Amino acid sequence: MRRAVPLAWLAAGAVAIVLLPNVLSDFREFQLAYVGVYFIAVLGLNLLTGYSGQISLGHGGFMMIGAYTTAILSVHHGIRDVWTIPLAAIVAGLVGFAFGFPALRFRGVYLALATFAIPVALIQIAKKFAFTGGGGGMNLTRIVSGNYVYTLTWPIAGGLLVLAWLLVHGRFGRALRAIRESEVAAVSSGVNLALYKSLAFGISAAYAGVAGSLYALAVAYVNPDTFPITLSILLLTGAVVGGLGSLGGVVFGALFIEYVPLYSPNILDGFEKIVPLHLDSKAAGAPAVVYGIILLLVLFLIPSGVAGLLRAASARLERLRGGRTAGAPAAAPPTTEANG
Amino acid sequence: MQQLLQQVVSGLADGSVYGSLALALVLIYRATHIINFAQGEMGMFATYVLWALVTHHGMSYWPAFVLVLALAFVGGVGVHTVVIRPLARAPELTIVMATIALLVVLNGLAGWIWGPDEKVVGSPFPNNSWNVGGVLVSEQSVGVIAITLGCVLVLWLFFRFTKVGLALRASAVNPQASRVLGVRVPWMLALGWGLASVLSAISGTMAAASFYVFTPSYMQSVLIYAFAAAVLGGLESPLGAVVGGLALGVTVNLLGHYVGWIGSDLQLPVALAALLAVLLVRPGGLFGRVAVRRV
Repeated sequence: MRRAVPLAWLAAGAVAIVLLPNVLSDFREFQLAYVGVYFIAVLGLNLLTGYSGQISLGHGGFMMIGAYTTAILSVHHGIRDVWTIPLAAIVAGLVGFAFGFPALRFRGVYLALATFAIPVALIQIAKKFAFTGGGGGMNLTRIVSGNYVYTLTWPIAGGLLVLAWLLVHGRFGRALRAIRESEVAAVSSGVNLALYKSLAFGISAAYAGVAGSLYALAVAYVNPDTFPITLSILLLTGAVVGGLGSLGGVVFGALFIEYVPLYSPNILDGFEKIVPLHLDSKAAGAPAVVYGIILLLVLFLIPSGVAGLLRAASARLERLRGGRTAGAPAAAPPTTEANG
Repeated sequence: MQQLLQQVVSGLADGSVYGSLALALVLIYRATHIINFAQGEMGMFATYVLWALVTHHGMSYWPAFVLVLALAFVGGVGVHTVVIRPLARAPELTIVMATIALLVVLNGLAGWIWGPDEKVVGSPFPNNSWNVGGVLVSEQSVGVIAITLGCVLVLWLFFRFTKVGLALRASAVNPQASRVLGVRVPWMLALGWGLASVLSAISGTMAAASFYVFTPSYMQSVLIYAFAAAVLGGLESPLGAVVGGLALGVTVNLLGHYVGWIGSDLQLPVALAALLAVLLVRPGGLFGRVAVRRV
């Protein structure tokens, strides 16, 4: 039962992803491709924050590294753009791994502070130097259709999800969870803290690098302002909304990142019908206010995210059915995950 | 030599802006052990209110400034009461995320109410320079330094010599014991948030006076410098935060002026690299203690 339910959801999701292009316009496929891009980035962030307990406000920066790797290699060095995706993962992963070492000095809030600086510093560096195209950015070698990006992104996302699942349920994931619960206890049990924390950072950054590379392919253009600090904040928001420490929630986080800012005028207009405040729902800044308030509500009402909500709902359902599993550990979220 | 001194003075002016925001971060950190990511945006919002009072309501700068500080205090207490206090028992990550949500909301709100375009608040200081032994010292820089450090001094006196200040410090160090001794700890925390908000308002308005123009996002780089300053000072030490801010301001100004390839573009990355280097050598910062952890 415990294994079967996630597998059923996974299969349903896979079928939906295969069938959706038949009914969608190219524009919608583009949007869903971006959902896939955010899915990969949030997946990586969740591995780091959800499982090893390290906060990163810098994943937009790692996406930027991936995007620029793809742009520079395909434009300046003539490498076919699709082949740059694994290279983007390697470059971003190595930078992340290297950042992980000084990051060992920081815990909790200090780390969030340090990672906050990554995108800011990278944007300045990208603007300064010529090989990145400076502030004007770079055009990629070709412009692709929504369908192309969609069919490229989602299989990669699926593969990376399986990889994340294997990582989390193996030796690596066990070590990370041990670190999250107590660093000192983990070290005493023989977990190499420096190695695993840096590895977590590196793997997480590599995921973001893949996401950034795909993003660059989709937009066919990169510039420093494509990856503002707000993107990093959005990614962390997506991870929290989806549910930290749960791979199943990641897709909701990705949908949130793509669609909530997009549909914020509609959300505001709906709110307007209940409370007439005569707001200008299309003003600049309105989407940020909407998603910021949704984030606050999530933190207050469902701190374990959509994944936690679904777990609680299915547990309730089991109990209503009077099934034998009611109240069993499988149905109730482990306390550590609820805290994560 | 004269140029060097001029750079040092303008570095001190920038540094006092970073230092006051860093002090606000340290106040919150000492009281609640979280980093308030919205600290910079609270100052930004206060600056917009100041701008609105001066431009649309015909107030002159200094009365509006005092009014804004009072409003900032109320706002800080409000933020603590509405957002932070209900989350007191939540995990650290949840509270940090809540401050990030506040950052997003305040930033969006400022763009929503006042538009995303650049605004000019103007400097409250005369656009003159004093000639001190051949060194041109702008009144602008001196004014910014005087206002920020003056407020920091007042705050220090408050903490050091008043009963409320003592209670505030006590509830930061040991909330349980303070409660037993009759200190209303939640009120003290709210007061701390109010004072931190006032400090960010000072930092925000003075930064706007230095930069001349501002947009809803102008405090984000100041916030990062303030983070760096606070970490440099050890994150627990108010004195460290101010000294860290001043040191950072001077260093960054000198590097930007004398090292050609850094210029004004790479000041931030270089400052951060310096910060990382300091932390690798002294993990506790310059004024901090290194905590020993036990199982």
